[in-house]
Amino acid sequence: MIVVGKTNRVGKSIDDYKGGASTLCKGCGHDSITSSIIKACYELGVDSHHLVKLSGIGCSSKTPAYFLKNSHGFNSLHGRMATIATGVAMANKSLKAIGVSGDGDTASIGMGHFVHLIRRNIPIVYIVENNGVYGLTKGQFSATADDGSFLKTGEINNQPPIDLCALAVQLGCQFVGRSFSGDPKQLVPLLEAAMAHKGTAFLDIISPCITFNDHEGSTKSNKHTREHRQPLHDLDFIPYYDETVANYQEGEKFNLKMSDGSVLKLLKLDKDYDPTNKIGALSLLSEMGDSEVVVTGLLYKGEGKKSFQEAENMSDKNLSELSIKEIKPGTQALLDFNSGHQ
Amino acid sequence: MNSQVKKINDLVIEIATENGSGSQSANNILMRSIFYMGIPVSGKNLFPSNIQGLPTWFSIRVNEDGWLARKDKVDVMICMNERSVAEDLKKLQSGDTLIIEESLKSLITRDDITVFIVPFEEMVKEVCPNARLRRMVVNLLYVGVVAHLVGIEESKIEHAIQKQFSKKPDAAKLNIDAVKFGLDWAKKNVKALETIQLKSSDKTNGKIIVDGNEATALGLLYGGANVVAWYPITPSSSSMEMLIKYLKKYKKDAAGKNEFCVVQAEDELAAFGIVTGASWAGARGVTATSGPGTSLMAEGAGLASFAEIPAVVIDVQRMGPSTGLPTRTNQGDILSCYYLSHGDTKHVLLIPGTPEECYEFGFDVMNLAQDMQTVVFLMSDLDLGMNNWMCDPFKPITKEISRGKVLSAEQLEAGKGFKRYADVDGDGIPFRTLPGTESDYAAYFTRGTGHRDDATYTESSADWKKNIDRLKRKHDTARKLVPESVFVGGGKQKRGLVAYGSSDPAVFEAIFILSKDYKIEVDYMRIRALPATAKTIEFMKNHETVYFIEQNRDGQMASIIRAEEPELAMKIKPILHYDGMSISAMAIVNQILKAEGK
Repeated sequence: MIVVGKTNRVGKSIDDYKGGASTLCKGCGHDSITSSIIKACYELGVDSHHLVKLSGIGCSSKTPAYFLKNSHGFNSLHGRMATIATGVAMANKSLKAIGVSGDGDTASIGMGHFVHLIRRNIPIVYIVENNGVYGLTKGQFSATADDGSFLKTGEINNQPPIDLCALAVQLGCQFVGRSFSGDPKQLVPLLEAAMAHKGTAFLDIISPCITFNDHEGSTKSNKHTREHRQPLHDLDFIPYYDETVANYQEGEKFNLKMSDGSVLKLLKLDKDYDPTNKIGALSLLSEMGDSEVVVTGLLYKGEGKKSFQEAENMSDKNLSELSIKEIKPGTQALLDFNSGHQ
Repeated sequence: MNSQVKKINDLVIEIATENGSGSQSANNILMRSIFYMGIPVSGKNLFPSNIQGLPTWFSIRVNEDGWLARKDKVDVMICMNERSVAEDLKKLQSGDTLIIEESLKSLITRDDITVFIVPFEEMVKEVCPNARLRRMVVNLLYVGVVAHLVGIEESKIEHAIQKQFSKKPDAAKLNIDAVKFGLDWAKKNVKALETIQLKSSDKTNGKIIVDGNEATALGLLYGGANVVAWYPITPSSSSMEMLIKYLKKYKKDAAGKNEFCVVQAEDELAAFGIVTGASWAGARGVTATSGPGTSLMAEGAGLASFAEIPAVVIDVQRMGPSTGLPTRTNQGDILSCYYLSHGDTKHVLLIPGTPEECYEFGFDVMNLAQDMQTVVFLMSDLDLGMNNWMCDPFKPITKEISRGKVLSAEQLEAGKGFKRYADVDGDGIPFRTLPGTESDYAAYFTRGTGHRDDATYTESSADWKKNIDRLKRKHDTARKLVPESVFVGGGKQKRGLVAYGSSDPAVFEAIFILSKDYKIEVDYMRIRALPATAKTIEFMKNHETVYFIEQNRDGQMASIIRAEEPELAMKIKPILHYDGMSISAMAIVNQILKAEGK
């Protein structure tokens, strides 16, 4: 619970993590996600100066303006957020990145970049606010809309959806989760764990479009999602700076240690699901893909993939912070060039 | 008829081979041998868009007076490729020389040329026991034969080989043996040419031979490029490959880690996005491409221009539209790059005309993007980028690396904040901050949508107009920051020649021919950037007729000048060359004579 006037471990109030007023439709799922992002950042005591908010184009991509007012934000081009994120990671590896994209932005126009961002393990919390439609252009189907789902106009979607989570797992993403905008209890710890992950953390969040896709017959409506979601587990996030973190032993099946030392506690529900099993994750997603069930929670947490910076053997110093003297090459390159071409 | 007067140090040798046969190395040795004799030389590689098997030509122009543009004339043709013989023969005038592989002799259809039939294929078996290497080694044999015919010194050939294979002594020996074998055969069997001979000179002392792409790469290195995102495309790829090579060699930190980062992107959209993201976050990003790639970068270029983010694009132009002639040269991207994107977008273009300028502008373009906070293109082309150009050694760059108007946390705290898009200095260039700056005043929201001075969202007409007018002001500021045009002549002539880029050597030769043979005197201006500087416009105003020399069909640069300076429209006379071959002096001379009614 957040108490007014209260501050977090770095002395910031919840207001310090807010942004401008949202201009989205009243009741939009995206605004709920924004609130969860604000809450997660507040609880973690995130340093806003070293965080960037990135997005593409669309309703979801507007939302970085509505949180973390003291962080640099970049609302870029339709489908190109991943490329901006890649450039940011190359320039300054101390920056934490939260990327907000939509199902149109990622699963259609930005698919190529999404795939390569995961392949390169670019450090970012990559959120897809998934509502199955293009909201900002007034409700056309997106590539995550379910086969047989129909619009308010009566138009039926005849193509199968792309499951971004299954794709992310298959591509080797080491942190893949699915959640629901209306479930902050699950979403906030999932976001916090994603922030603690050092490579690409992908979250597909069902976020109903209140205006264009919340009707009877939509498989991305509030009602449908609430009725068909199946949480794999309850989640509890214990950050690395919490003194009780030591009580959670690494390696225990349901205490997942994050790269920064934090622990994500999975409280077992009915099913004995092991999110560290890649084949298990793919098999579950494949099975559920054919049903109306929406499984939520942490789907997959892998280990061992090199970070982008390690793979690229990048200097400990950030390129953005090199002094002019450091940027400047010596005269040897010129001497070698001239003598080599004589 | 070819005159029987003996020509000294004035010659074009063309070698017709099959691509993928390893002839490139032999041709380079031939060119450099002549260079080491002290005679100015240029080498142009005419290659197909293919890896193995199609005809390819290498043209070496040798000229004591330093005229090194492509010439529409071949003196000595070396035919090694059955598939191109018919075409090759057409290039020879009566009395010219043909060196041809013996098995192709039945294809010779002319009796008005001097023919040397050489059993290259038989000879190579003797000199090279390893059958797999013969395809390559056979090329060294023609180097030996032509050396005897035109008088290339054996010691210089050896020097060229030693230099080329300095790290491979076995390869060097095989090459030297093969050249000697060819030379000995020629000495024994044929007489040297009487009409054309080479004689040692002193015109190449201290000079270097380079291609523009490697020169650009060196300039970028000195300009502090440290984020490279690119997608391979001919003819730009080698610029990035060389830059990456230099970065790996010269930009490691004490721990052996990279003080740079390279990503071979999934496409050009990504390459540009990565450069934008990196530069937004404070690195110095660069990408290189050619026409088709710039098309894919168009949306990104609009965003970077409008959101005011530094980005550098090296465009090594080739023949378009579409895949076009991907291995032929052209200046066809001037118009599209100047206006690349939609809406009221205009960019800054730097246009080098020599390898030295590729190097210098490679440095400048990195600074200018930071200083202007916008997209800056370096417009090279295939001829400049990939062919062999003789020039003076490059000098150290004395200019400092610039970061542009970036505010620190201290400056922000002292000033109690900033407005991202406010025109504080009246030059249209605002101040920016980088992510990671530790001040609550630092953050701002970057967007491609309408924004106010403080970067907040707006759809107000007044705000929009104010912003877009400032961007125009900023573009005009570039006129004072870009490299000035180069002016040749006293400025007193009625006729002015205007050109840019790789046309330079052909223009100089054309001016010489026009004056000597036709008594036509001109002033010459070479434009080195867009937007045009004040002096550039003044030159055109001060001349009655302005011949505008371009390597494209529609006179792209002229149309930009006409649009911006309509009163110049009537005096601009286009001189255009657009067949894919690099421009020659006679292509210019003939069109000017026609325009002059001569």
